[in-house]
Amino acid sequence: MTRESYINAGLTFLLVLVPFWAWSTGQAYILTLCTKVAILALAGVGLNIALGLGGLVSFGHAAFFGIGGYAMGILASHAQTFDPIMDWPILIEGTKSMPVIWLVAVVASSLAALLIGALSLRTSGVYFIMITLAFGQMLYYFTIGWPAYGGEDGLSIYVRNSFPGLNTLVPVQFLILSYVVLGLALLFSARLARAPFGLALTAARQNADRVETVGIAPYRLRLVAFVISGSITGLAGALFADLNRFISPTMFSWHTSGEIMIFVILGGVGRLYGPVAGAALFILLEHLLGGVSEYWKIFLGALLLAVVLFARGGLIGTLAGREVAHG
Amino acid sequence: MTLLSVDNLAVQYGSSQALFGVSFDVAPGEVVALMGRNGMGKTTTIHAICRMVPAMSGRLSFDGQDLLRLPSFRAARLGLGLVPEGRRCFAPLTVEENLIASARPGHWDLSRIAQLFPRLEERRDQKAASLSGGEQQMLAIARALMTNPRLLLLDEATEGLAPVVRQEIWAAIATLKRDSGLAIVVVDKALKELNKIADRAVIIERGKSVWTGAPGDLTADLADRYLGV
Repeated sequence: MTRESYINAGLTFLLVLVPFWAWSTGQAYILTLCTKVAILALAGVGLNIALGLGGLVSFGHAAFFGIGGYAMGILASHAQTFDPIMDWPILIEGTKSMPVIWLVAVVASSLAALLIGALSLRTSGVYFIMITLAFGQMLYYFTIGWPAYGGEDGLSIYVRNSFPGLNTLVPVQFLILSYVVLGLALLFSARLARAPFGLALTAARQNADRVETVGIAPYRLRLVAFVISGSITGLAGALFADLNRFISPTMFSWHTSGEIMIFVILGGVGRLYGPVAGAALFILLEHLLGGVSEYWKIFLGALLLAVVLFARGGLIGTLAGREVAHG
Repeated sequence: MTLLSVDNLAVQYGSSQALFGVSFDVAPGEVVALMGRNGMGKTTTIHAICRMVPAMSGRLSFDGQDLLRLPSFRAARLGLGLVPEGRRCFAPLTVEENLIASARPGHWDLSRIAQLFPRLEERRDQKAASLSGGEQQMLAIARALMTNPRLLLLDEATEGLAPVVRQEIWAAIATLKRDSGLAIVVVDKALKELNKIADRAVIIERGKSVWTGAPGDLTADLADRYLGV
């Protein structure tokens, strides 16, 4: 085992230990915080496939996070008012079932990623950043002007959606569900990085011409990566909406894109557990410093600067050293 | 029957023309040596065949298909395996990862590569960036073979390597010719080795193919005029 895998194992242990302690001492608030870490980490795992493996600096991942959230919001709001989404030509009703909502969230965010990726991957560098940002902002303003689902005020869902066999209203059960989804996404992400697809993506990040001479089209490779990346972030959006039982255009805003990117950079770009470490640190800081000052993000900014300047591998990279990066 | 046909190919970089009319054919299983002094257009010819530089005019076909219509990755998929000048492995990947990243199914797999280059097998979990020059060259050849090409293009495969490592590379190329029936286009400066292995030689002089024939027919006078040896 490499040093990085020990660190990952340690992080996993901590992430299980903290909620276990909170559960046994009856601190529901801590459980909710841990759930939030898992869901935000999931969004980061999605972005890390594009950013870490593919080197695609997407400043528009809020688009997929928001689409996932609105997939949940739209389906659940129709279910709670018993008003079908459409009745012609086919009847489509709302649902409160998480598996169905997740499926819709993943499909919708993949399609959006396919469209956004197909257009923005024709550019690179600063233009790619700007185009992805523009797509995110387009959706942000679209949802602000969409009164059917709350417009600027957002939309509340009164009861958390259901998952077969679980009572998702019990914090610890929803926490376990979120942990399992995150675990599966990490497993998938680790396998992807080692599969020929992920290796080619890593190679293309370093030198796109070189992979072309061995018969791989970098554009398609990146597009597939972008779609996978967007769909995982979209799933996170659906879970995040369920955690808060609330959706709003904020999910689409560039602040959200920036925060997802901060998780990845704080934790370590291209590191399997980078987004997990980053999201945990972010929530921890928000929790600790948020009590000190409402301007706690000043400290976050200083930390981010320090990481970018002095610890390029992020938290995981600093602890594990350079050589063992998986991407 | 020809596998690769290059007919009067011309290439321009910006405003300066590099190739003015290169023509030669490669038959299946044939080894063709591209010779000529530095800067005469050998590498440009290889790049044009692999569609890495656009051609101005001329024809280029592989197995009856017009290569000039295809983007670089499609040309590679038809069966062109490039071993680029200066090795150019995927530095952040390990030896084995380099090999499987672009592998396509066929005769060549990890175990056959291990037979051809036992040294790569010993270094399979090492990062490509940490290999010696000779090992990187072997890896570049192995990576091209793993795409199971029908034509292997070797651009200066022994340049800058220690004599003993060069011999290993030449031995591997000879094995490829003998055992696999792979067609090979090889650019190199080592006349003696090329004479042993090549079925045909093409001399490129100032962007034109000026002489084609068996390497044995290359007289001292021709060698002096075109190759400067």
